[in-house]
Amino acid sequence: MYDAGKVIIGIIVFLVIASFPIWYAVAGGKSADIPELEKAAKGDNCVMETEEMRAAHMDLLNDWRKLVVRDGLRYYTAFDGEKVEMSMTKTCLGCHPNKDAFCDRCHNYMAVNPYCWDCHVNPKEFE
Amino acid sequence: MGIDRRGFLKVSGLTVLGIASGKASETFASSDSHGHTSDGTTKRYAMVIDLQLCKEQEGCTDCVNACHHVHNVPEFDNRKDEVKWIWKDSFHHAFHEQEHHYLDKDIVNHPVLLLCNHCDNPPCVQVCPTKATFKRESDGIVMMDWHRCIGCRYCVVACPYGSRSFNWRDPRPHIEEVVDDFPTRTRGVVEKCTFCEERIFEGRPPACVEACKHGAMAFGDLEDPESRVRELLRDRFSIRRKPALGTEPEVYYLV
Repeated sequence: MYDAGKVIIGIIVFLVIASFPIWYAVAGGKSADIPELEKAAKGDNCVMETEEMRAAHMDLLNDWRKLVVRDGLRYYTAFDGEKVEMSMTKTCLGCHPNKDAFCDRCHNYMAVNPYCWDCHVNPKEFE
Repeated sequence: MGIDRRGFLKVSGLTVLGIASGKASETFASSDSHGHTSDGTTKRYAMVIDLQLCKEQEGCTDCVNACHHVHNVPEFDNRKDEVKWIWKDSFHHAFHEQEHHYLDKDIVNHPVLLLCNHCDNPPCVQVCPTKATFKRESDGIVMMDWHRCIGCRYCVVACPYGSRSFNWRDPRPHIEEVVDDFPTRTRGVVEKCTFCEERIFEGRPPACVEACKHGAMAFGDLEDPESRVRELLRDRFSIRRKPALGTEPEVYYLV
């Protein structure tokens, strides 16, 4: 192989640069910059456990929309037994009124763009 | 003794007749004179509009304004983009089948209030490919699921009453005062009156009925013989739009 030394050095330099974010985070002792979400303005509990909510809120909202629109049901029993209205604008925004600091911060980080707000109204937007 | 051809045909003919009559009697037994089934728990919401009372209030649009305000219905400056849930049109357009030369001129010369008829046999539901529009079994309201509407506009074509509007443009900038409680729609979605199902759930009458100061509109359950709508339909002569089409509209007009 011609110029084996140079090629091997080149590969090593490439690997070091390509893996820079990983070892930099390991060396720095913290992982990537996870967004800080605003705490609920009122209420101690969400309708599901926080971990579950983090993973499956989109499924919950999907179920809610089906139950409300298609089955005409409006109330949901939360895990702590409290009855809440199945409404994103009333129930979710009731505790997390700041869409920018709650929904958007995480959605922007994850680069997902849900179209809920194309129709549903964020009251802050029209104040 | 074997069966000959004539005997076989007789027996098979009678058997087919027997099965068919059994099916037919089941069908007739399960539906009332109105053409829909009732087990005593389901409701059938309907609207009654008194044309006599309505015509006395020249130029009154309280019902239209109330409905369009609470449902974030946009206001466009041209008729091409118009979105409407409840509106007024001439008697001639609304009831051209029932018109004749000698009708009371007072009624004929005044506009008629029009909205979705929430038909018992809704053509819009039959044609919708995504089931975005559907009839609720529990109360007969013809609903729209805007999440599922793909904007194909088959329902717009199928509705014989022109009760559906298509959002050609983004409606939000054209809503004067957005109400938080109710979603707006987006471009490419069909919309129509839902009999204010969100208010009925709370035990309130539809916004148009509540807004009518003159009592020209009544809303209620047709299955309940004591309801206001049944009372009005018993006492006064009423007509419906395009009855010959067999869609069984549930908006009645007292003349």
